[in-house]
Amino acid sequence: MSQRIRIATTSLAGCFGCHMSFLDIDERLIELSEKIEFDRTPLTDIKTLGHCDIGLIEGGMGNTENYELLREFREKCDILVSMGACAINGGIPAMRNSFTLKECLETAYVEGVGVTDPQIPGDPEIPLPLNKIHPLHEVVKIDYFLPGCPPPAEMFWTFLNQLLNGQPIEFTYSQIHYD
Amino acid sequence: MNLKAAARLGGRIGHFSIDGVRLPFREGQTIMAAAMEAGVYIPHLCYNPEFTPHGSCRLCVVRSNGRHLAACTTPAAEGLEVESHTDELQEQRRELLQMLFVEGNHVCPACEKSGACQLQAVAYYCGMLAPELTYFYPQRTVDASHPDIAIDYNRCILCELCVRASREADGKNVFSIADRGIHAHLQINSSTGKLRDSDLEVTDKAAHVCPTGAILPRNLGYNIPIGKRPYDQKPISLAGDVADHEESS
Repeated sequence: MSQRIRIATTSLAGCFGCHMSFLDIDERLIELSEKIEFDRTPLTDIKTLGHCDIGLIEGGMGNTENYELLREFREKCDILVSMGACAINGGIPAMRNSFTLKECLETAYVEGVGVTDPQIPGDPEIPLPLNKIHPLHEVVKIDYFLPGCPPPAEMFWTFLNQLLNGQPIEFTYSQIHYD
Repeated sequence: MNLKAAARLGGRIGHFSIDGVRLPFREGQTIMAAAMEAGVYIPHLCYNPEFTPHGSCRLCVVRSNGRHLAACTTPAAEGLEVESHTDELQEQRRELLQMLFVEGNHVCPACEKSGACQLQAVAYYCGMLAPELTYFYPQRTVDASHPDIAIDYNRCILCELCVRASREADGKNVFSIADRGIHAHLQINSSTGKLRDSDLEVTDKAAHVCPTGAILPRNLGYNIPIGKRPYDQKPISLAGDVADHEESS
């Protein structure tokens, strides 16, 4: 049985930019891999979620699938982390909150530039969009927040090391930014 | 310190302390004004030394003699012992900042003021990682009717600096706050309520005092790239207020 810390990650209404920034810790990933192992994450392409010590989620909650996955992460992860501006406040996708869902869908699929055969997608396999984008902490308990668009690689490195070593989480000034 | 300068300006000199550091003040000076002159930073958003203190953002609230006082409106007094950078007050400031963030629509990654925004900078300084409250997502508009200045009401925090600057420095009356409580909002005093029909000019002080990205002079938003802006480099306690940088941008 492995003693390594098990981490799962996912992107809800996000752009995977936070995941890319996480990968920017570069060769330190090798050092990290001695202490952690990945569960469900786009980095390994594992699709099912088992019990994890830490869950990192980027992106806000924008559709029914996001909601189900967020609840599942909360259920199965001991520590849940909101990573990035979208998870924290909805971010860029939340700019649609100023408009009705109908307006958004019509702009994209009916009135959009270059749209042929205009129709609003209604396939049952497509998750239903919610009226608004919500930050994760409005839906489930979030234990830690990593701000930034994306959070800098150094923030991920600092956070995971402090967490794994049982130290208080403290960031330097240059690691905290909201953009 | 600035004793000589203070003496030149006249007024009786006294001394008080902030977090145990002894500071001089001139008679009639507020705690904030004396602290600023001495280079001691007290977080603030609605204060600008050029205008009448407003005391509304409450970020500069300090503790003295067991009472909470707004540093920008309370006169310094001989022997006054002020606490500012305590865990309790910093926690209170983080809570106030969180409320400011969730009350408007502050989308930092999409804002051209990011990195040069005082709301953001004070939140960095106070160590706010995220607003953990429920977001209001209010429906607000953008007024891009003026050729030289734009207003994004999503980012207004009702500090009234533009209101004061327009009246006190520009001798105009372009802005006011309408309605009360949660309905309070910035209003343009023009026949249509639009900025283009007001007498605001880009050279006016009021166009350059906004601590957030609500009032923006147009066509220079990205002259200084993201990452190279004042608060990308240094905390606000060292870099100074937005209004200090606005003049040079």
